[in-house]
Amino acid sequence: MSLLDVSGVVSGYGETDILTGVSITVQAGEVVAIIGPNGSGKSTLMKTIFGLLRPRRGEIIFHGESIAGLAPDHITRRGVCYMPQSDNVFPSLSTHENLEMGAFIREDGFSARLEEVYSLFPDLFSKRNARAGSLSGGQRQMLALARALMLDPTLLLLDEPSAGLSPKLVDTIMSKILEINRSGVSILMVEQRAREALKLSTRGYILAMGRNQMEGSGEGLLDNEEVRRLYLGG
Amino acid sequence: MAELAVSGIILGSIIALGAIGVSLIYGILRFAHFAHGDMMTFGAYIAFFFVHSVFSSLGGEGFRLGPLTFGPSLIIGIFGAMAISALVALLIDRIIYRPLRQRRAGLVMLAMSSLGAAIILRSIIYLVWGPQSQAYSRTIQPALFLPLGIRVKADELFIIGVALLLVIGLYVFLQRTKLGKAMRATADNVDLARISGINTDRVVAYTWVLGASLASTAGVLLGLESQLMPEMGWGFLLPLFAATILGGIGSPFGAFVGAMVVGIIQQTSTYYLSPAYKPAVAFLILILILLVRPTGIFGRRTPWI
Repeated sequence: MSLLDVSGVVSGYGETDILTGVSITVQAGEVVAIIGPNGSGKSTLMKTIFGLLRPRRGEIIFHGESIAGLAPDHITRRGVCYMPQSDNVFPSLSTHENLEMGAFIREDGFSARLEEVYSLFPDLFSKRNARAGSLSGGQRQMLALARALMLDPTLLLLDEPSAGLSPKLVDTIMSKILEINRSGVSILMVEQRAREALKLSTRGYILAMGRNQMEGSGEGLLDNEEVRRLYLGG
Repeated sequence: MAELAVSGIILGSIIALGAIGVSLIYGILRFAHFAHGDMMTFGAYIAFFFVHSVFSSLGGEGFRLGPLTFGPSLIIGIFGAMAISALVALLIDRIIYRPLRQRRAGLVMLAMSSLGAAIILRSIIYLVWGPQSQAYSRTIQPALFLPLGIRVKADELFIIGVALLLVIGLYVFLQRTKLGKAMRATADNVDLARISGINTDRVVAYTWVLGASLASTAGVLLGLESQLMPEMGWGFLLPLFAATILGGIGSPFGAFVGAMVVGIIQQTSTYYLSPAYKPAVAFLILILILLVRPTGIFGRRTPWI
């Protein structure tokens, strides 16, 4: 059984459908990348899985139970956490407080988890009392990632984790994502930087016009002539 | 001059309690709450009701707290005013603002509806207590003499003390408690707050409770400093907003600093101008900030506290 099973999802904003029938799966332990041109519905898919948008049709099964149409906080409680593409930190709160907010719904003590997260992101520990708004772009993106980890998720949804980062920082964040995955977190990510994303992904999907276009192993897609020509820029 | 500065701090203390609420509400709900002045008045009259009707035996002649003009009944009155104003604010939110939010009404629509709420509150006050001025106590209070030739009444020291206590309490609440941090987080980024599982409806409710409690206390203190009139809070709206914007709208700490600045400028201006121009001075400050530095003295992206 898959960890996440999305089938035939139709979703969008207002009257318009952005997704016209998307199906993807994530197996436990995988890193799955969703790539595709701008406007293909990648972010819409993430928001629909996380409950920020309600699917009009289709099924979203997590751990064998339907989560379609549940509110984000209920989905979070089941072990799915989400890192939005932009505005993904609380700028006037300190780094530390941002992480506390990431653990908001935890009833138990989370100091052990906090230590784990800080050891994964040592830079954040040295900036723990700085306001998130004063951090550099790279640090902010790390903080957003760290915030999403505070609940010990089973599945992490990342919406363009490399958005706005320099090539060097893209490598850093991608290696962090791999490290998170090795600690046992399954990852579904949407990426504009298709090449970097597919490199570390177990499998990848290509979306276009709100539908599945192609799928395959990360390497398989990277080697595919058509994919290279259409989506990886030669 | 030193004495005027002190009376500016007294006025600033009262403005601060109102302005902090305006700033909190703006930070969380994103609209200018024009009913805030009348919420102050409402609180003042609720306390008046407690002082003169419910607990009249705990005040008046022969039962005063030390050099103050009032007895324990006013303290009970402040708590009563806080509780009832908080409930009324929650009720107004439920009846007026929440339906508008759910229909995704714009900021102007919400601000205008708060003007309506202000008129309703004031009308209730006129209906129940009438247009004549009232007072918690008619006792004449001797001034205390402080160094630098400053004369100040015991009641005025009480006003500063209460305001400081509440401001420090609010600061600790926002900085140290989980709910306070959730409020700051919601003001920062409401979508991310929801994603993090913060119940933003609860945050909104607490914003009203805090804003209304502080406003009603401000009303009681204003009534204590002079007298109670149905228009007292409405007339106070100008310094309230001047202080809020001066401190950077949406920043409670900034509002406190802004309130002190506005209070002191307003009072010291009476050295040169007739006190009748005090509201004009507040208006002038408001215009000047909007022209020179519309983001407030602390600039853009004010830390929320």
